[in-house]
Order: sequence, then structure tokens, then C-alpha cells
Amino acid sequence: MSVSKVKKGVREISPLDVYMLLPRTNCGKCGESNCMAFATKLVNREVLLELCKPLIEEEKYGSQYSKLKELLAPPIREVVIGVGETAVKVGGKLVMYRHELTYTNPTPIAIDVTDEMPEDELLKRIERINNLKYTYIGRTIKLDMVAVRSTSNDPAKFKLAVQRVMSTTKLPIILCTFNPDVMKAGLEVAYERRPLIYAATELNWRQMADLALMYNCPLAVFAPNNIGLLKSLTKTLIEYGVEDLLLDPGTFPDEGIADTIMNFTMIRRSACKLGDNLLGFPIIGVPMTAWSLKDAPKEVLQWKEACLAAMLIVRYADLLIMHSLEGWSLLPNLILRANIYTDPRKPVAVEPGLRVYGSPDENSPVLVTSNYALTFFTVQSDIESAGINCYLVVVDTEGYAVESAVAGRKMTAQTVADALKSSGIESKVKHRYVIIPGLAARLSGEIEELTGWKVLVGPRDSSFIQAFLKENWPPKVS
Amino acid sequence: MVERKGGADEGALIKIGPKLLDLLREFGEIELENVEIEAEELEIWIPSATVVTPPAAAPPKVVPAKPMEILKAEFEPPIQTYQGRIVEVKLGATRSEGGTREKVVKIGGEAAPSFYIFEEAPPNPPVISADVFDMEVPLPRAIKMHVQDVIGDPAAWAKLAVDKFGADLVTVHLVSTDPLRKDASPSDAAKTIEKVLQAVKVPVIVGGSGDPKKDAEVFKKIAEVAHGERVMLSSVTLDMAEAGLLGEIAKAAREHGHVILAFTAMDLNQAKELNRKLYDYLPRDSIVMDLTTAALGYGLEYSFTVHERARLAALAGDVELQHPTSSGTTNAWAAREAWLKLGSEWEPRELRGPLWETVTALTLLLAGVDIFMMMHPAAIRTLKEVIGNLYKRGMVKPESIADWVSIKI
Repeated sequence: MSVSKVKKGVREISPLDVYMLLPRTNCGKCGESNCMAFATKLVNREVLLELCKPLIEEEKYGSQYSKLKELLAPPIREVVIGVGETAVKVGGKLVMYRHELTYTNPTPIAIDVTDEMPEDELLKRIERINNLKYTYIGRTIKLDMVAVRSTSNDPAKFKLAVQRVMSTTKLPIILCTFNPDVMKAGLEVAYERRPLIYAATELNWRQMADLALMYNCPLAVFAPNNIGLLKSLTKTLIEYGVEDLLLDPGTFPDEGIADTIMNFTMIRRSACKLGDNLLGFPIIGVPMTAWSLKDAPKEVLQWKEACLAAMLIVRYADLLIMHSLEGWSLLPNLILRANIYTDPRKPVAVEPGLRVYGSPDENSPVLVTSNYALTFFTVQSDIESAGINCYLVVVDTEGYAVESAVAGRKMTAQTVADALKSSGIESKVKHRYVIIPGLAARLSGEIEELTGWKVLVGPRDSSFIQAFLKENWPPKVS
Repeated sequence: MVERKGGADEGALIKIGPKLLDLLREFGEIELENVEIEAEELEIWIPSATVVTPPAAAPPKVVPAKPMEILKAEFEPPIQTYQGRIVEVKLGATRSEGGTREKVVKIGGEAAPSFYIFEEAPPNPPVISADVFDMEVPLPRAIKMHVQDVIGDPAAWAKLAVDKFGADLVTVHLVSTDPLRKDASPSDAAKTIEKVLQAVKVPVIVGGSGDPKKDAEVFKKIAEVAHGERVMLSSVTLDMAEAGLLGEIAKAAREHGHVILAFTAMDLNQAKELNRKLYDYLPRDSIVMDLTTAALGYGLEYSFTVHERARLAALAGDVELQHPTSSGTTNAWAAREAWLKLGSEWEPRELRGPLWETVTALTLLLAGVDIFMMMHPAAIRTLKEVIGNLYKRGMVKPESIADWVSIKI
């Protein structure tokens, strides 16, 4: 592999480019009705090329297959770290901006341990890394990896720490040391788990490259604030035979934020927009460098680390190494990652209509909410966990949350009235009281006029539904 | 311990003696105890499955020469040129400019995507406006504890926000004018704004109640009373245009020298449409856009992308989007994760909440937002600090993090 001429940007590939290289037999084995439909889906990254069986199996298509693979390859290489079901895919980005298509492979977050930590402390950290979980829009979000740092610079100590980590977690591991002897000791026990070798530098690159080849593990390249060197190292390592590389241009806290953001941005643009293959690798951000700032209370360092992480999740980091294990500082970034990596092509909406919880009867409350997925799942989980028997009418707000739906006229008296009507709720309850979200309070009057139902303004947050009902249901007849 | 070659990178393989191979064939696998083998000198490849072909039978491989030294590659910053530039908008006016502000704020003027400082740092740094309410409103505890002494006194609140929180300007939300709340009169609202203008020396943003008709009355009155102060009226919408209210507000703004914030709900076509309607009344340097800010966890990705797209389109030459943007970042608190007790492992929420607001702001900072309307003092301070740091190009010392791997915490 060497620097080739500028490759077509992923967005510039037309379905026709792809179609011309497919078998064009319209055999339908991929599940599409014809090759053109398959080509369109390929360009939109909705299917895998390997679904085209003839292309893989028939020898005559061999060269077309490899041409297609190259044509459709992401500008940022995808690297796998770890094995089995906890393995993470890193990079593989198809575009620079998420609106150009979508972002793939949400930034994994690795938490560090060291080889000089007392055993009980290390085990406690690993246990926390394993178990930290939060439910968000019906999904479980969690931490992804463990970075083992050698602060001792002692191969035996490192080996022992790596062994302890391996026996207590299945998560993929990053081995962190610039000393090849220490790295070798870690790899000897961990290589079957395909850890990331962190890192090759200007000084140790040959020994690290030998280790990467010998153990077939991905290799990180570290050249702080020196993209020229970073590029020279990737060029050298590729020639040396190492292909699964990651780039660390350095994460600098405080006033270093300027150059950090600049470096990440220049690397990603060079790879995505100018076809620079030598920079077409996943980028590692290390927000835990915030902990190198001295004389600050730990809450301040946790705060600064979280802020650095947030900026790097937004600006192109494909993997993060962090130190803080505090829930309050991790949660915003775990959610931010989920948000930024949401596929912008899919509306985050649920089907509008009537939902029934528990076993409501003709006297049970009727609630209204928006069809934005997060709002809906939050309301649903609050209703369910409180064990409330009720009806929930989900209004079609085109995927907007209540507050923006009201502001943007997606939730209006009319759309609420339509939803009540089409839900068939009128025949299910004998009362005519509807509870609307507190954030839609201003619609009350109009809804009453339009529907003839009495409006009760519910809480601004669904966590208070239970308390609200205790107080206000059944409604006091006025 | 035996070294294993895991992959199939044959170029890196070193030939294995046939005798050892025979042994392998015989035993299937082998374990050598206490044998030290230097990896650089010899690599033994032990396949996990049965060995079938001795390498002697394989044709000799041409092993490409491996580089022994670093191969130099050149790096050029990927600089691009843009046709468009964001309009510069000035908020506030000094005495010589017809107002009474001691400080004015300029926003916009960018000719590159947000903080692409290898091309150009934003000519005017993004600014922070602190939210002030003219009556008691429900506030998360983490915020309330910082403002409880000034609730109900917008002038004192504004002063606190500027003097203590470090806000560049203040937004006075005239919630009391809401017909569904106190239905305070436009002249009452104007008095509030006058008091705030006297209490602080920074520019002021005037926030309505969200009721189109009432806001039109309130904005017209305030435009008149605050003549020459170059306040920003927050905000006008397409609904107002539909109701025939937009023209009178925009005319009042023009006549008295104010700026208008044009609000649309995450839709660039609507943003363009509203701007086009405003061009009939106002110069381009008097329009700022609010493209909607959703909270982290509650649709922030939509806000991020709509801002990023707006800015890239503006730079590519779409004149109708070449306006600075303002974000209602306080909306971050609409996320329950910002204020709700979530259980001990996620506490304290007194830190989680302001960090929620900060992360929401940082995300939009990198999408190109120019004005942040915020609430929590820690979030305001952090954003200010980060913005300042983003201008300090060339200050890094590589050695400061060169050995981060072995730092002791």
C-alpha cells in the first residue's frame, strides 16, 4: 500500500460505478430484485458487498470483487481490537461530517489501570468498568475497554497486571508502554485477546513493529503535536508490513486544546477529503492527559477530562482513553457518543397511536405524549416501573420532543385532537379527561375547545406521573 | 514458553527446521518449558490445527525489504478556500453610537468552519449570555442555589450574572408577560428592561413569552423604550409571519436600531424562508438565527448537525444562511439526567447537571454557534475558558504529555 492518487470520496461514488462492477445478472441471491438496487444499497452502506454470492464464489469475478472492495473501502481504516463478542471495531469512518451519510463504530471508551496499583484497587476498578451500565432509549450503554499502563517500567510487574486484568474482564485491552521489553511481557500473556499495542514512537518503532507482526496485533502510533512525523511513521510501518494502525497526535489539556482540536481536524480532513491514505487510520484521543495537570482537586480534573472527551467525541476521535470512573463525569459523554453516532437517516420516532399499560378500565387515566423515541421510551419506562394502569396516546410529532414539537407546531391542539380521535380511546373510557405533558401546557385551552375533553396539565417530567396521579386522579368534578 | 505466530503474514515468517516440523506433525502441538527464545532471532510458527505441508515444498517467497529507518512523508495543512463569509453583527451600542452600553459585543464574521484554526480562528470569539427571568420559574436545584437571592429581581440577577458569573451579555426572559401567567403589560416589561439596562453595562437580549401576539406588542414597546441600545429581540418565528406580526416587529427593530433573533425548529429551509421575509425590513447585519437547541440526550445530534450544515452551506455561498447563530443552551436542563437523582453511582447531580449544560455547549461550539444562552455559573466559566484556550494556537509542549503513559495519579 502506498499513497495513491486521490480516491473518490465516499459520497461521490455513484450506484452506477458500483453496478458496472457487479455481475449484472439480477440473480437475486443478495435479496434485492436486481443488481442496480443492490448497488444503490451498497453506496448507501445499507448492505454488505459479501451478500453478492456469485461475486465471492465465482472465480471469473475475482478482479471485479477486489476492485469493488477498494472502491467501497472507507477512507478511515477499520481496525478490530479484542476478540469474540466484546471485540470493538474502531474507525471505519466513511465520511467527515455525519450528515454526509452516517458515522460508523461509536467511539469506544477505555479506562486505565496501572501495573503499580494494589491488587484490590485494580480489581475494584475492573469491576466498576465491567458493571457501569445505563439504560438509554431502551439500549444499554457502557464502557468498552481497559487500558493497562505500565508505570513501573518493569516487565514482570506489567505481565502480572495484564494477567489480573485478563482474568477479571472480557473487555478488549490496550497495553500501554513505550518500552518494547515491557510490551513484550504483556503481549506474551495477552496476545490471544488481540490487544492494542500502545505505542510506536520515533524511538521504538522497529521493535514495536516486530511485536505487532509477531503477535498479529494492531499498533498505535504516537507523535505528539507532529503530524509530519506521524505520517512518516505510518508510511514506514506500512512498508514494514504493519497494516492495522491507529494514530495518536497527542491530546493536550487546557491551552493545548487549540492545537489538539486543530490536529484532529487536519488529520481527518486530509484522509476524508484529500484521500491521504497515510492518515486514513482511526485517531486515539487521550483525555486522561488532563490528569497531568498538577495541584487541582480531583473533581476539577474529572471535569476537565470530561470536557476534553466531549470535544474529541465531536471532533473525530475514534477511541478514547480516560481515567475517571465517576458516573457523573462519564454519563454525559456516554450519551453524547450515542447521540453523535445515531444514524441521521433514520428518524428517531416511534409509531404514533394508542398504547395500553397494565390493565386499565373505563375509569383509567388517558395520557398524551410525543412520538420522539426518547420521550416515548422514557414515559413508557416511568409508567411501567410505577405499575400504572393507563392509556397513552402517542401523537405524531414527526419525531420531535414535546417542547420543540410545541415550538415547531408539530404538537398542536389539532394534532392532539386527531390523535385522540384515531386512537379510538373514546370507546375505551367513559370519562373525558386527558392529561397532557407539562411542557405542552399552553395548548390546554385550544385542546378543550377542539375536542370537548377536559385537559389536566401533567408534570413537566414523566418521572412525576405517579405523584401527579396520586394527587389528581380521579379528577375532582368541578 | 513458546512464541507463536498468530497471523498469516508469510513475509514475516522465518523458516522452521524440518525436524521440529516432524515433531509437530507427531504431537499435534508442543509445549516447551523454560526455553527462552529471542523473538528477533527466531520465530516459530505453531499452527493450532494439523500441519499438512512442510515449508520445504513451498516455493521460496520473496520477502520485501523492510525499512530500517523512518521514511519521510511530508504533511501540508489541508487548507481550503470558501466563497462565503458570515455577516458580522454588533450587539449593544455605546454612547457615541446612540446607546448607553460601556461594552458592545461583535459576533460572526467567520470565513472558515468552527475553529478550523489552521485556516482561520473566528474573528470574533463566541460569547455567553446569561439567562435572567423576570419572575419565579421552576429551576433545577443546582441552578437555583446560585441565584436564589436574586429571583424576582431581574436587575440584580443580571448584575450577578455579569459581575460574578462572567457573562458577556444577559438575556432577560419576560415570562411574566405570558397571557397564561401574569399577563404583565408591555409597559411593565419595558420597565424591567430599563432597570436591567441601568444595572449592567453589557448588551441585553430581550426574551419574550412565546405567545406570538403578546410578544409582538412587548417587542414593539421595548424597541421604542430602548431606542438606540441595539438589544436583540428573542425571537421571531414563521408563526408570527403567518399571523401578520413579523413586519411590525421588524420595522420597530429597524427604526430603533435593534437586532432580531430568527427562530426556526431545526429546519434550514424554514430558516432561509424566515430570513428572506426579514430582508424586506432589516439589513442583514441585524439578523441572528436560532436553529433550535435540543438537550444532550434529547436530540442534541439534530441541533449539532443543523448548525454544522448551516455553517458549511453559508461558507459554500448560501447567503441566506450567512448569519451568526444563537443557542438556547439552557435547554440542556430539559434532560432529566441533568437534574434527576439517578442513584449513587451517578451522583453528585450538582456536578452532573452543570457538566450536562457544558457538554451541550461544547458540542455546539464546535458546530459554529456564536451566542450561548446559559445558566449555570460553572458551565459559563468552563465555556469561556475553553473558548479562550481555543485561541492559544502554538502553545503546546509535546514533552508535557510525551510520557502520559507512566504518570502517577
